[in-house]
Amino acid sequence: MDYFVILLLQIGSAVASLVLLSIGLAVIFGMMRVINLAHGEFLMLGGYAAITAYNKGVNLWVAMIVVAPLTVGLFGALVERLVIRHLYGRLIDTMLATWGLSLAMIGFVTVVFGNTVSGISAPLGSLQIGAYRTGVYELFLIVVAVILLLAGWLVLRYTRLGLIARGTMQNAAMAAALGTNPSAVYAVTFAVGAALTGLAGGLLAPLSGVVPTIGAAYIAKAFITVISGGAAILSGTAIASALLGAINVVATFAFTSVLGEVALLVAAVVLLRLLPQGITGRFFRRAL
Amino acid sequence: MKARLLSIIGNLAVLAAGLAVLFGLPALGETYLIINSTIFAAFAILALSLALIWGYAGILCFGQAAFFGLGGYTYAVTAINMGDTTVPALLAVLVPALFAALLGYFMFWGRISDVYLGVITLTVSLIFYRFINQTAGEQWNIGDAPLGGFNGIPATPILNWPGRPGEQLAPEEIFSLTVGLLLIVYFLCKALLATSLGRIIVAIRENETRAELLGYDTRVYKLAIFVVGGALAGLSGLLFANSVFVSPTMFSLPVSGQIIIWVIVGGLGTLIGPVIGCILMQFLTNYLGTLSQIKGFGWVDPNLVLGVLLVIFVLVVPKGLTALVADVWRWSVGFLRKPRAAAPPAGERVPNP
Amino acid sequence: MILNRRRLLKATAIGTAATVTSPFIIRDLHAQDIIKVAGIHDTSGGLDIYGKQMVATLDLAVNEINASGGVLGKKIALTNYDPQSNIQLYTQYATEAATKEKVAVVHGGITSASREAIRPLLKRFNTLYFYNTLYEGGVCDRNIFCTGSTPAQTVEKLVPYVQKKWGKKIYTIAADYNYGQITAKWVKKYAQDNGGEVVQTDFFPLDVTDFGPTIKKIQAAKPDLVMSALVGAAHISFYRQWAAAGMNKQIPLASTTFGNEIVITSPEEHNGYIVAFAYLEGIDTPANKKFVETVHGKYGIPHMTELATMTYHGMYLWANAVKKAGSIDRMKVIEALEGNAAFDGPAGKTTIDPQTHHTVLDVYIGEAKDKKFTVVEKFSQQKPSDTSAVCDLKKNPNENKQYVIDVKT
Repeated sequence: MDYFVILLLQIGSAVASLVLLSIGLAVIFGMMRVINLAHGEFLMLGGYAAITAYNKGVNLWVAMIVVAPLTVGLFGALVERLVIRHLYGRLIDTMLATWGLSLAMIGFVTVVFGNTVSGISAPLGSLQIGAYRTGVYELFLIVVAVILLLAGWLVLRYTRLGLIARGTMQNAAMAAALGTNPSAVYAVTFAVGAALTGLAGGLLAPLSGVVPTIGAAYIAKAFITVISGGAAILSGTAIASALLGAINVVATFAFTSVLGEVALLVAAVVLLRLLPQGITGRFFRRAL
Repeated sequence: MKARLLSIIGNLAVLAAGLAVLFGLPALGETYLIINSTIFAAFAILALSLALIWGYAGILCFGQAAFFGLGGYTYAVTAINMGDTTVPALLAVLVPALFAALLGYFMFWGRISDVYLGVITLTVSLIFYRFINQTAGEQWNIGDAPLGGFNGIPATPILNWPGRPGEQLAPEEIFSLTVGLLLIVYFLCKALLATSLGRIIVAIRENETRAELLGYDTRVYKLAIFVVGGALAGLSGLLFANSVFVSPTMFSLPVSGQIIIWVIVGGLGTLIGPVIGCILMQFLTNYLGTLSQIKGFGWVDPNLVLGVLLVIFVLVVPKGLTALVADVWRWSVGFLRKPRAAAPPAGERVPNP
Repeated sequence: MILNRRRLLKATAIGTAATVTSPFIIRDLHAQDIIKVAGIHDTSGGLDIYGKQMVATLDLAVNEINASGGVLGKKIALTNYDPQSNIQLYTQYATEAATKEKVAVVHGGITSASREAIRPLLKRFNTLYFYNTLYEGGVCDRNIFCTGSTPAQTVEKLVPYVQKKWGKKIYTIAADYNYGQITAKWVKKYAQDNGGEVVQTDFFPLDVTDFGPTIKKIQAAKPDLVMSALVGAAHISFYRQWAAAGMNKQIPLASTTFGNEIVITSPEEHNGYIVAFAYLEGIDTPANKKFVETVHGKYGIPHMTELATMTYHGMYLWANAVKKAGSIDRMKVIEALEGNAAFDGPAGKTTIDPQTHHTVLDVYIGEAKDKKFTVVEKFSQQKPSDTSAVCDLKKNPNENKQYVIDVKT
């Protein structure tokens, strides 16, 4: 019985992790059709920001929840101004420019920080469930993921900002004709997406550690989740994460970690073959 | 008429340069130059494969590394088992082509395109990478050949003269073979693009719906060119196996990314551009590895340099080096000519849709 | 913001010209009174934490040797190459070092893949090769000297030690590639030899960061201890997540690979972990203390593991052999090394074993405490018994392969 509970919690944790990893990329892709291949490095930057702040004495929670998103959000705004702005509509070119950006960020962080940065231990201790112990922090992340999705939905559905964002997403020219400023919307969106990614990077730092090359481990998963999810930012990411995360965990428990990873990848390929526009290209098309 | 003349001159120039390298380089007698050039030439064929399917057919394949690795591994495994390398060499080209046919069928008949195709090809090469990486145990032996996992397959048999298993090719001969193949492949691709297949492929790239409406089954044509690309990548893998080493990194993301960078830097939509881009980038990474070790240059992190370079290229020279050279040529020619009242602006072209 | 293409081209041209010409000005081209050696280590990319420390100790060794007069009256000129964790650059740099620079010896290679890529090449070009990284054993080649430890030396001592300390049931988690798989087999063999058992062995690809399911599986199996052969940056997450679940206080852990991770994790996370290496910074000898101080201070390396120190030993072993042979001629140096050449350094005494071209080393069992390893037990002069079971270069001097050692469990 407690094994079953543990399995469920593990699935929840894996799904939450995918959601956190992908939400920033989904916002940017869903809104602006920009594929940010430096996404992994934004995560890495968030982790470094959190760890550096913590090492300088800032409270751990403030470092993870305030400093990390702020730093990466500002950086994102800068990148948007300098690079992305010139490349709207050119999907391939943005992919390449952001790939170049990712290489540059890895190089830069290596030069500045070197390779061994001490990390943060996961806070909140552990919990006994039946015969098993699990970290409370992992459960905390599940809560955070749910809050983020909920908050995103509330913002998009009920605030003016959300309305403008949705309008620009559906038809930028029309929204401009109605008086909004698309380039300002894009700038804000990119910064928000980057901030969300920074938050994820900061929150995941205690569990995965931060080295300059950690981004590479995440980019593929985030990319695959977002594209499988389809155009709808929130529901797409949520559904894709749920599906792929569950498959991954079940396969890992049943077999080995390798097969768990392969199962996730194969599932993604099959999903894309059956639903070439992603999940929300077919189902829940009008969702957020 | 003028364009035709320029094109012929261009082809002759490439041929001349290629022959000069083919015969001139060994005469210099520097072994490391020969080995380096073999590696560069093998990669150039890989660049050509993506140049063909992306530049001319519009298929952005993020997983060209999958065919590259398949070619290398197929060659290594069959050569160790068979002894004579003639059949393995052929298989190294056929097996990736077959896999490309399967994957292409899976994707094109599902009407998958652009970004989604990129993700699927990326995922496929990742699957290969993950899978091969964990084949270190001896349950993963194919005949006599251990797949080797992360360590790769050492002691891959070098190509031997067809039918004479004892006589392996010397490094100079491998060099000649590789550069020769590069030239042949280049001109074959040019020829292919001049046939109706080539023209239809470009038409599909420009506007797939229109090509369909004109009566062409675009899926078949895309599949055909995708298979050719896969075969070329396999050939490149075979040559790489002979000059470097067969290991799972052949399937990795950085390799796929590198190929894309070569094509972009060289010039998407041309054949010679990616070849030049590939060779230049290889020189650059080579050089950066030695530069960063010299005192005072420790801050030159290769990733930093390459990344910044790529960003600058995309922003400033998005059409690549060939376009840049063409621009510079046109600018200088226009400068040298007597200034006319209404000189046509350089770079008048149909904007990229 | 409009970037003027012409201005950019001009600036780039000038900048490139300057950068391109500078190395030729800086590099010393006087070939007469120097001996060239090469180091090929990744100082960028995923392996750079290892590469940078190896380059540092190599440089230190060369400087020290030069300061005391050099070799055969000449100074050693070290050229370092950075293959950027990219295998074909290994091949290219090795070829360049061997054929263009014609170096007397190459020290390099971190992963077994990189070693196997350049070993046949250096043998073909008759350039002596030192591989100083600990690995899975089995290389049989007269042109190479492997100074790093192999599983039979470290694991053989580690497993009985921890079984005595904690109990007989082991759960092994290892990186899923050759080193991890072979080490896991050795763990099983020694566990069984010692009357215990390995209840389960799990392998993880090198970029897995989520160990949640595994941690639950370990708890279900209830072992007496966990043996970790995890490798690389992504696997550090295991130690984090293990501690986050509070498990490091419940089930003890030993490792054959936990080295630099000690700097990245916190004392609460790693205190009590037991490791075995041919070198630990905590070795309490004056020579080692000075060595550690210099590498930390002058070279800015925060923590050294075995591969850095073995690089230092390797360089000295070569230099001493050259002095003994009176020449840099490859065969003469090989013969000098095969004469049971030994070097006493920070890691203790390292002796070349002529039969296998591997080394007889001192093995240290260490305990992690507050970001340092303290030595809890030392085993002197352990022979490379795994490689000697398959390789005899005295009988077959023309061998040229890596054997996959069959561990009979």
